[in-house]
Amino acid sequence: MDFKFSEEQEKFRQEVRGFLEGEIRQGLWQPSCDAWIQGYLPEFTKRVAERGWIGLAWPKEYGGQGRSNIDRLILTEEMLRYGAPAACHWFADRQIGRAILAYGTEQQRQELLPKIIKGEAYVGLGMSEPEAGSDLASLKTQAVEDGDDYIINGQKMWASCGMFMNYIYLVARTDPEAPKHRGISEFVIATNLPGITITPTMDITGSTAWAEVFFDSVRVPQRYLIGEKNHGFYQILNQLDYERAGLERLMGNYPLFDAIIKFTKETKRNGKPLSQDALIRSKLAQLQVEFEIGRLLTYRVVLVIDEGHAPNVEAAMAKAYSTAFEQHLASTAMDILGLYGQLVAESKWAPILGMAPHSYLGSKGYSLQAGTSEILRNIVAGRGLGLPSK
Amino acid sequence: MDLSLSEEQEMLKKMARDFLTNRCPKTLVKEMEASEKGYSPELWQEMAGLGWMGLVLPEKYGGGGMSFLDLSVLLEEMGRSCLPGPFLSTVVLGSLPILDIGNEEQKGEYLPKIASGEAIFTLALTEPNAKYDAASIAVKATADNNDYIINGTKLFVPDAHIADYLLCVARTNELAKSENGITIFLVDAKSPGISCAVLKTIASDKLCEVVFDQVRVPKKNILGQLDQGWSEVQKIIERAAVAKCCETLGGIQQMLEMTVDYAKERKQFDRPIGSFQVIQHYCANMATDVDGSRFSTYQAAWTLSEGLPCTKEVAIAKAWLSEACKRVTALAHQIHGAIGVTIDHDLQFYTRRANAAEATFGDADFYREIIAQEMGL
Repeated sequence: MDFKFSEEQEKFRQEVRGFLEGEIRQGLWQPSCDAWIQGYLPEFTKRVAERGWIGLAWPKEYGGQGRSNIDRLILTEEMLRYGAPAACHWFADRQIGRAILAYGTEQQRQELLPKIIKGEAYVGLGMSEPEAGSDLASLKTQAVEDGDDYIINGQKMWASCGMFMNYIYLVARTDPEAPKHRGISEFVIATNLPGITITPTMDITGSTAWAEVFFDSVRVPQRYLIGEKNHGFYQILNQLDYERAGLERLMGNYPLFDAIIKFTKETKRNGKPLSQDALIRSKLAQLQVEFEIGRLLTYRVVLVIDEGHAPNVEAAMAKAYSTAFEQHLASTAMDILGLYGQLVAESKWAPILGMAPHSYLGSKGYSLQAGTSEILRNIVAGRGLGLPSK
Repeated sequence: MDLSLSEEQEMLKKMARDFLTNRCPKTLVKEMEASEKGYSPELWQEMAGLGWMGLVLPEKYGGGGMSFLDLSVLLEEMGRSCLPGPFLSTVVLGSLPILDIGNEEQKGEYLPKIASGEAIFTLALTEPNAKYDAASIAVKATADNNDYIINGTKLFVPDAHIADYLLCVARTNELAKSENGITIFLVDAKSPGISCAVLKTIASDKLCEVVFDQVRVPKKNILGQLDQGWSEVQKIIERAAVAKCCETLGGIQQMLEMTVDYAKERKQFDRPIGSFQVIQHYCANMATDVDGSRFSTYQAAWTLSEGLPCTKEVAIAKAWLSEACKRVTALAHQIHGAIGVTIDHDLQFYTRRANAAEATFGDADFYREIIAQEMGL
């Protein structure tokens, strides 16, 4: 048992911090909440790629660094802590690269992985549809064989990296006759193909991080099908573990945590800093406790991955827990700010760059995306505790 | 970063579980709750024979030379079995402070007796003020030639009625700032002037009122330095809080397992109640609370065991667990339905102990304030 990181790991953490602090000092970007999913800055992604920090845990033969998932955890933890605009490469790095490594052909790996690692391929996620959210297997987007190609028709919603992607990871039905879980396949396709239309979705915070993607008879060469035809649903379940497994589920609005703590120390009411108020101390300390628990639950997920097991239950538990923390953080920050919590970023008198109301609204999505907390609890109960389904 | 137990720790855990499953059934637990002593001297000697009391004491005192982390594994199994008796009192509250700041004479005198199971110890710390801060220490020890005379009342002292020795935390200097001027005394429980009354508690765990009336203690029984005792008391509280977390973790882990088993077996509406989504989600919530408790408790235990500063880690573990207990207990009862609210069902052993653990050695509010300080607020 060991709750500390090795000297090497601590050095790496300091290296990442140094890099990020330097970028902030140079004014290249400012820390913000949800930067991993809304902060699109291709130049930043290029600089991260130059340091070999995309695909850190992938095999060296494809250009990765062959390092451990704990190292990747440290890297992502610091990216999140500093609210770095990593959205262009986040999804490819987190799950798509792994999917290609796990199921892709040598040709697919050679074609796609180096592009991701170099910070040139921004891969969006095409999973959800208007009628297929939690029930992903009921998706309707179709891929019909035609010679050496597939013809794709359908519509995806909530495509992450939607407005910046040059590739989309797509799940489509390749056998409409088979039971719904057994007729689905995975693709990674270029988004500049004729017939693809991308329109931004504005979320409740006013951000357009996601998009709708329409496929109108899009012709895709068969060599872009990943893994086994009609086996895609089972491949995707593995990928979803990675999507749920990370610290972005706990630290998406971490900059708000730092900001509200600083605010309470610097703001006086009746001559006393807010941080001396007993209630505020208790609320912030409770958030710290909840954060530390989330951190431990997430480290457990990564250790399971490093052992070579699918962290099905562990990732579900960690994400359901962690997103509740993020929501608690946002609502606590709003409580502390009182009337000031209403003031959004551009307003006169708005404290902490309007991060609190922004996060309060945005955090509504945390417990829904990448597995609703209800679905996740089903997984913990069924797969983790063995509770029966009927 | 590694969350797993070592092979030796796994063996200790298994051995302890097998032994306690066999030798500490709920019939014994129930019997001990009702008994005056509150523990089985027979079982106590068997435990001593297994080397449990001396587990972390150096071999030269008859101990096993193992770590606090190893002891934590054992404490968890004890909590799982609701083991009655003065183990935590003797080992954590008694032997560890003596090991930490006792002089050679004291260590040589008392530690072997603890390792052999011969002596029972406890700590008389809290007073009717019921707080864990230095200002609350009002029991007075006044110098008188080669002795000190102790006067005052201690409350919630575990196992004082059967203890051979009490570590009494008393104020020896009232002029100093409240944290200075506190001294720990090793008091023979048979000293004239000590009277004990066992309190009736929700956990039936033999907490006592101990009244010191002109109790004479030789100077040589000062543990550590005169007036300098508070820093050790803080360490004692940290160790005790972790130990209590370990025991309680064992308890809530068992509550989770019992509850999941029950949900799989109990049928209503022609199906196991565990197939209803609400029950499933309740169980998932319990599992999250228990796993969070597990990792934070062992983080605190490991950090303490390594001799590293652990104030923050201990605070996080206890602040979390003190409230996780409430949630786990509530859901366990809700899922068990009416049968769980009977005295004959085993659930109530865990409910009562988990509740008592919430405030023992510092409650969530106490530790949140410590965390606030650690955060620099």
